Amino acid sequence: MMGGLEIRNLNKRFGGLTVANDINLDLKPGDRKALIGPNGAGKTTFANLITGITPPTSGEIFLDGRDIRRLTEAKRVKAGIAKTFQITTLFSALTVRENLRLPVLERAGRSWGFFRAAASMADIDAEVDALLDSFNLSRHADRPVEQLAYGQQRLVEMALTLALKPRILILDEPAAGVPTSDTHLITDAIAALPDDLAVLIIEHDMKLVFQVARSIVVLVNGTVLTEGAPAEIAQDPQIRDLYLGARHD
Amino acid sequence: MSLTETAQVQSGRRGLFSRRLVADAALLAVAVCAFFLFPYDLAFLTRILIMMILVLSLDLVLGYGGIATLGQAAMYGTGAYAAGLFAIHVWADPVAGLLVGALAGAAIAFLSALVVMRAHGLTLLMLTIAAAQILQEIANKARPVTGGADGLRGIRMEPLFGSLKFDFIGQTGYWYALGVLCVVFAVLKVITASPFGLSVRGIKASPARMTAIGTSVYWRLVVLYTIGGAVAGIAGALAAQITSLVSLEAYSFSLSAEALIMLILGGTGRLYGAILGAAIFMVVHHTAASVDPFNWLFVIGAMVLAVVFFVPSGLLGLKDVVRSLARRVS
Amino acid sequence: MSLLLNIAVDGIAYGMILFMIAVGLSVTMGLMRVINLAHGGFALIGGVTMHGLLASAGMAYGIAVVLSVAFTMVLALPLERLLYRRIYRFGELQQVLATIGITFLIIATVNVLFGSSLLAIPLPKSLSVSVDLGFRTLPLHRLLVIGVGFLVILGLYGLLERTRFGIRLRASVDNRNAAATLGINTGHVYAITFCLGAGLAALGGILGAELLPIDAYYPLRYMVLFLIVVAVGGMGSITGSFFAAIGLGLLETASRYLVPDFGTIFFFACVMALLAVRPNGLLGRA
Repeated sequence: MMGGLEIRNLNKRFGGLTVANDINLDLKPGDRKALIGPNGAGKTTFANLITGITPPTSGEIFLDGRDIRRLTEAKRVKAGIAKTFQITTLFSALTVRENLRLPVLERAGRSWGFFRAAASMADIDAEVDALLDSFNLSRHADRPVEQLAYGQQRLVEMALTLALKPRILILDEPAAGVPTSDTHLITDAIAALPDDLAVLIIEHDMKLVFQVARSIVVLVNGTVLTEGAPAEIAQDPQIRDLYLGARHD
Repeated sequence: MSLTETAQVQSGRRGLFSRRLVADAALLAVAVCAFFLFPYDLAFLTRILIMMILVLSLDLVLGYGGIATLGQAAMYGTGAYAAGLFAIHVWADPVAGLLVGALAGAAIAFLSALVVMRAHGLTLLMLTIAAAQILQEIANKARPVTGGADGLRGIRMEPLFGSLKFDFIGQTGYWYALGVLCVVFAVLKVITASPFGLSVRGIKASPARMTAIGTSVYWRLVVLYTIGGAVAGIAGALAAQITSLVSLEAYSFSLSAEALIMLILGGTGRLYGAILGAAIFMVVHHTAASVDPFNWLFVIGAMVLAVVFFVPSGLLGLKDVVRSLARRVS
Repeated sequence: MSLLLNIAVDGIAYGMILFMIAVGLSVTMGLMRVINLAHGGFALIGGVTMHGLLASAGMAYGIAVVLSVAFTMVLALPLERLLYRRIYRFGELQQVLATIGITFLIIATVNVLFGSSLLAIPLPKSLSVSVDLGFRTLPLHRLLVIGVGFLVILGLYGLLERTRFGIRLRASVDNRNAAATLGINTGHVYAITFCLGAGLAALGGILGAELLPIDAYYPLRYMVLFLIVVAVGGMGSITGSFFAAIGLGLLETASRYLVPDFGTIFFFACVMALLAVRPNGLLGRA
């Protein structure tokens, strides 16, 4: 069985409303796939189906060939699926360092420790420092994360997720709310992601999508309209009408 | 990070650490002085120490874990009855009784947490209150065992460590309670600084994010509530042993509410707030009640409103407010 | 058979009282998102005023009821404007604390004015009779309570469905920000709702004095009971409060009749089980 995430015939209905309609999607190590679509296309619902926040009505989800539909949200994270939130969701009163310690401790299986101080674990902090360094956040390490600029909070959001060493990474609108002058922080960070990571980017900002994605999936009304390389998608007249045209005016 | 920077950070940490120790030593000194300054109020002072332990348990679950509960008396009362019954029927050793109280408090906390931690907000609040009320009613109805509304009487403790007798003025009781408080405080300091402590602060800040990093929020809250229950059970057990009496009041809603008031008064999420809040509330309560036994509720009500409106982050938060004001001025 | 009928009549009457007192609490909680532990204070204020009017002024029962309810509403208005308005913005815990503080102040005030003993609200002779229904006789007061309860729910239904205020109130409960942007003066809606809720609580407190006796510590003693109605019914749902109140009234009464020794335990255990299964109440929204 090949590695990565396989989604087969995934459906989700809320009452009479179909928000995911027979979706098929593969995400292999090294992929940089973008999921685009107009508002209400079902992008975030789709992400929630993968991460386990929402149970699907029918269909299958495999991670490295293993059926993960029965796993809870937390268990799926342990299995290697991590995501960033569309609206920054951090431990706001905690410092940046503490924010990063939490996922590192959790992944290392040491978050149940009761006796040693969390601040005295050299190996944990070495990993935290490395993360801080790679996201250029060292200067802010001891500030409460709520005091950081929004662009930097988005970086913490990504660093927190990477601390889990996931194999599948879902970025839900990573640049949402970030001022244009700071968008490069996000694109740089995405470009620097580990090569073997499978990345799904849900994004509105077409400029960012064309910068970082190597293939694009177009979702409309819960249905995959088409999937292809950025150049093909940009040429597709149907897509231009439906989505890009309306946006780029 | 360069070597010198590392050294600076470490010495900074040590500096902070030692400053904390000074604060702890100062608090302990105050407690010791109180013993000699108010030799005739030892019963009241001991009561304050016991309330400090109860409020510490509340700080752990509410201040650190963000569990909004109004039912901490459920564990306090259970610890009190368990320790009382254990002393009467099994063994009257104080320390063994404390352990029994802690276990009983933890057991009740664990059982109720299995239900309560599934809820949020008002429902959670209701469930915690309901748990305490059910227990109170059970204690009320189980008259042959608990003495019902008359209270559980006939608790006669053996000497502490086999040699220190509980005297009539309450000297042994005071030192005993102070010792237990110090141990509880130290243990909670360790737990709150541990990875577990950090993770419950994380849950308070954002349960959604905690789940998204792979933590099972529910079980962590259950464990936190259980530890808090053990501490509250210890407080109840102490009260039972030192006053030789357990009444239905141990389960009362007012006790839970007052503990909450003390915690908010002092400031949540920093252990010291629990100490300070309990001390101030108890002294104000005591003074108001002895000055005017009919109208002291005015004083308490006004104090509660004043705290919520003017010092919402508690007295320990005042320091930060003043500091940020000073920064803005300079 | 007669036992069942007794349970039904007493239970429904009790439920109506709970409904009248708790409905305002439920709506204010759903609308203003405030956990108001002091709500029972309005039932107390109504009851105390009634006691005062009957005992000292010797006023006729009906007029005294109207005056007491009106007085409570008039008192609630400045409280909402000056105090609660600021409490809405607080966090959950601060709200709990602030309203406990208000409860203490209400208790202390009643304590100073009337002492801590039971404050009787004697029924007029015309109400303390029994009615012969042919197959059974029932106390008229119970029937009156049930009747008034039905009038209240009909009145509320009419108010919500048929008036402009009702539309505004429902819109505000649904989404207060959206309502505000639509030009609804949510401040007025809050104030009117709060006063109405206080008035209904006063009415419930007066009519229910036989079941929930009035004294200074009333708001603290029955706080949990009223909050349970809200939690079980689902915050902000009038229909939910109604069914929760009737259901809880019947449950309480039945457990008192059938398992007198363990009534309270049984009652709370049922409530806990229900809330464990449905944390948002019967008709609450997630």
